[in-house]
Amino acid sequence: MPKVTYIESSGTEHVVDAPVGQTVMEAAVKNAVPGIDADCGGACACATCHVYVDQAWAEKTGEASSMEMSMLDFANEVQDTSRLSCQIKITEELDGLVIRLPDSQH
Amino acid sequence: MNTNAINRVIIIGAGQAGGETAQRLRQGGFKGEITLIGEEAFPPYQRPPLSKKYLAGKVDMDRLLLRPASVYAEENISLLRDTRAVWIDRASKRVRLEGGRELSYDALVLATGAKPRALKLAGADLAGVHLFRTAADVDAMKAAFVPGARLVVIGAGYIGLEGAAVAREMGLEVTVIETAVRPLARVTSPEVAGFFLDEHTRQGVRFMLGGQPALIKGEARVTGVSLMNGTEIPADIVITGIGVTPETTLAEHCGLKVENGIVTDENCRTEDPAIYAIGDCANRPIAHYGGRQCRLESVHNAVEGAKLTAAAILGQKAATETPWFWSDQYDLKLQIAGLFNDYDHVVFRGAMSERSFAAFYYKDGRLIAVDAINKPGEFLGVKALIHKGLNVPPDVISDESRTMKEIVAAAG
Repeated sequence: MPKVTYIESSGTEHVVDAPVGQTVMEAAVKNAVPGIDADCGGACACATCHVYVDQAWAEKTGEASSMEMSMLDFANEVQDTSRLSCQIKITEELDGLVIRLPDSQH
Repeated sequence: MNTNAINRVIIIGAGQAGGETAQRLRQGGFKGEITLIGEEAFPPYQRPPLSKKYLAGKVDMDRLLLRPASVYAEENISLLRDTRAVWIDRASKRVRLEGGRELSYDALVLATGAKPRALKLAGADLAGVHLFRTAADVDAMKAAFVPGARLVVIGAGYIGLEGAAVAREMGLEVTVIETAVRPLARVTSPEVAGFFLDEHTRQGVRFMLGGQPALIKGEARVTGVSLMNGTEIPADIVITGIGVTPETTLAEHCGLKVENGIVTDENCRTEDPAIYAIGDCANRPIAHYGGRQCRLESVHNAVEGAKLTAAAILGQKAATETPWFWSDQYDLKLQIAGLFNDYDHVVFRGAMSERSFAAFYYKDGRLIAVDAINKPGEFLGVKALIHKGLNVPPDVISDESRTMKEIVAAAG
């Protein structure tokens, strides 16, 4: 099963097993990784699952849809590799993915 | 040990509000006993997808669970499934379960939710007539969701229209009966309601507005719905989505104040300082709306109640947000921020014809809410403005030469 590493803004790392077909958000929430609220449960409705994809993985995780980009416009401290983690589906190719978490979702 | 210390928390109701409360107590460092009591067979799960992706068969129960079933044992949360609490004794701080077992609490959280209004019609108990609240309700209707099947939806609120959208996408014939003259009458403006009416009509949904159901027809299984005016609509499945009533029986029996839900203060505490009420069953003052008492049926309200209650039990404070909601129908994402109810003016951005627009609601010149359809920036922008107590006049917000982001930034 692919592994995803989440790095909190404090530097604390969490390595979790992420089933193919689930999203980067779900794997975090189900493993109690702090820093991703995801109040809407992955409906791309709330923008509380903002993450930074590690530069080395940015291409493999694909591009944000226009909906997602409009939501990211209003997230805090947006960077080039900002994404909503509910919109990144886990695939075999993402085994080893590194995700950095922002300070806050609000 | 301090005799006032809270060592035993009982949460009645294992929906999203109850589940999140347990989780946030543990995350916040609570070391005492947590008992989470739910009437359903499943651990806490998300309800919104029931009328959307779960009905469509695109996600299974595992993915609806808030957290994996194994987490509760790992975190020493006693999850009692298929279990009903039947009595609260406030004097001795005990909860009695069906079957007679009694549990003691130092803090009690009522997260009992709401129950769907049932049709009071002959035939409402026929096979093929469904309510829309639990995963079991949806599991029961799913088998009949096959192409060509005839579905009648009674009630054109968000749940009913979401169900209608899924059914059309799956190839069912869909008729929506609504007693009001327009859909979504309770929850949005005539303009936005008209847009959704047109959209569903274009997608092939037939509407019977102002229709009064008189009788559900059938022998063992439903065969149709008769209206008061004599119209008969053949049906293989009937779904009712005519609103919910808060589940307040336990609270009423133990003498707590109930007025359209269990009345609480801004920290979700009832008049009994040991008892909290959260989620669909609770009626709480909403800070962003001048402390107006509101009973909100939403994920935001469930999660916020859980945050506030867990913080109060831990002797902490939690922040509140602008109330928000969403609905998915076809490829339309409706996002709502704020409470529109007593608006006196509405202005727009975007174009209904492009299926991307937002309706901004004002009361006495003050922005109070937005309905954003495929316009997420407008939703998040208004949510932030209301949260910060900022106002943007109607002529400024409807100025399409500026982006929503620019407008929000200029407001402060």
